[in-house]
Amino acid sequence: MGRPTRLRENAVALYTLVDKEYTRIVRIWIQTLVPPAITMTLYFVIFGSLIGRRIGQMDGFGYMQYIAPGLIMMSVITNAYGNVVSSFFGAKFARHIEEMLVSPMPASLVLLGHVSGGVIRGLLVGALVTLIALFFTDLRPVHPFVTVSVVFLTAVVFSLAGLINAVFARKFDDISIVPTFVLTPLTYLGGVFYSITLLPDFWQKVSLANPILYMVNAFRYGILGKSDITIGHAYGIIFVFVIGLYLFALILLRRGTGIRE
Amino acid sequence: MGSGGGRPGVPMRALQIRNLSKTYANGVQALKGIDLNVEEGEFCALLGPNGAGKTTAIGILTSLINKTGGSVEVFGHDIDTDLTMAKSCLGLVPQEINLNLFDKVLNIVVTQAGYYGIPRRIALERAERYLTQLQLWDRRESVARALSGGMKRRLMIARALIHEPRLLILDEPTAGVDIEIRRSMWVFLRRINAEGTTIILTTHYLEEAENLCRQVAIIDGGMIIENDRMSNVLRKLSVETFVLNLEHGVASLPEVPGYVVRSVDATTVEVDVDSQRGINDLFTVLTQHGIRVVSMRNKANRLEELFMRLVENKMVAAGGGA
Ligand SMILES: Nc1ncnc2c1ncn2[C@@H]1O[C@H](COP(=O)(O)OP(=O)(O)O)[C@@H](O)[C@H]1O
Ligand SMILES: [Mg+2]
Repeated sequence: MGRPTRLRENAVALYTLVDKEYTRIVRIWIQTLVPPAITMTLYFVIFGSLIGRRIGQMDGFGYMQYIAPGLIMMSVITNAYGNVVSSFFGAKFARHIEEMLVSPMPASLVLLGHVSGGVIRGLLVGALVTLIALFFTDLRPVHPFVTVSVVFLTAVVFSLAGLINAVFARKFDDISIVPTFVLTPLTYLGGVFYSITLLPDFWQKVSLANPILYMVNAFRYGILGKSDITIGHAYGIIFVFVIGLYLFALILLRRGTGIRE
Repeated sequence: MGSGGGRPGVPMRALQIRNLSKTYANGVQALKGIDLNVEEGEFCALLGPNGAGKTTAIGILTSLINKTGGSVEVFGHDIDTDLTMAKSCLGLVPQEINLNLFDKVLNIVVTQAGYYGIPRRIALERAERYLTQLQLWDRRESVARALSGGMKRRLMIARALIHEPRLLILDEPTAGVDIEIRRSMWVFLRRINAEGTTIILTTHYLEEAENLCRQVAIIDGGMIIENDRMSNVLRKLSVETFVLNLEHGVASLPEVPGYVVRSVDATTVEVDVDSQRGINDLFTVLTQHGIRVVSMRNKANRLEELFMRLVENKMVAAGGGA
């Protein structure tokens, strides 16, 4: 069997997996698309309209406008992660992951397919939240390329992270521990709601150890043209995470960690 | 898909297992170095009681379990160096249900085809063929959760065949399936075997192996204790060995037509007796030669013991089920 055949078969396999993931997202839209839309609407109403008016300006923008990019990123992160962790762990738990394992599909495609699912869900939800935000405020990206590339790469990072979580998870509890105890705190402290220049010196330095800070600020820079950190740094950190997590996830899948006895 | 080496029309070796061993993380030694060859076109039973190591062996062939040692070749493709090709020759029907229960029947089969790189158009044609043959076509839009146990099994068979593997492996496909469905599955398996698919099937029902298989490998305690044509094994089973203690030593044993007599020591002999034949003639001849037998016992036979256990198993299953 020649190389072109192999390539074509791999393309079919990848398409099949991505299509399956996409269908799953759309089929259970009440679980996948509606909750972030509701949560984010509440954020906009409460923090933006009600409280935001009293807060006044943040970094020279209305509070609503300031938090909108952060809230979009927050939903992208949570949903990209959540999609891959639950889809992959679900397949592992019900054992139909074996359908992929017995097939000739290489581990890199299994990885790529699941990450694509996470990115699709992240971007779908991101677009939905952006649409909702537009009812409350004006968003016109100053740097469209930065906006799009940062949100895409961030979705990739957290899809990869969700997959790694699912690989190590043994029971359903294990897939909610990381989102609850790591992801949510890091996001809330990642400059979604405030500029870190408001913090005392010490806490500013501590905040810089939080990777989500860089992603949120780079995205805000894309939309508002304003950031707490240098954009080059942000890209650097995002790329390190993409490559590092990709390699780690690929090694885990090749070894069959958490999947094969 | 016709993958694998060899000239068309010339049968080759479908499976070659050498010194295969597996020790699980908890220290259980599930396989203790097994060897097995299965030729193309064969219908082979891997027969053994629960815990013998059947599922472990199959898990290794299908790369769901990592082996500890040894080698496996599927149609000449080594699973260590040529796994992609080995996988495309193999179809697996696992022991435990591993379906996405929320997915629809047709979709499950077509998705599996996609993972093998089969375009949707071809996959749909084949899905219709196999789902029809397995009496599932009418249920193609049902979610797997809504199927009965026997239907889920058949769905797993259709899924395993969708890439038209040259070697189909079924791990206890009829466990818990009622007798009627079991027989129709047997008919189906015989047919695809006749059409050229090599089949390996694990079972702890002796009757199932006897009905379907020409080759039988008997596995117990992680070792293959017998591997032969089914007919030979059945013949071996009908022979019993007795140990006779003689009153006086004899210099040379008489020929006893119809029996195989071996000397163990001066006053002990072993005799193989076909169960059809009975034992009276033996004593007649010995008496004629002035040989007196003081005592006699049945020699323990590993194969026989195992079969007794399998038969008990079967009776338990028959009594408990249906
Ligand atoms: N995941 C596992 N971890 C530890 N031991 C196992 C595992 N799976 C099977 N075993 C043990 O390996 C032996 C062989 O099991 P198995 O291959 O399932 O036998 P069979 O399929 O013939 O019933 C048994 O003693 C079983 O308890
Ligand atoms: Mg088993």
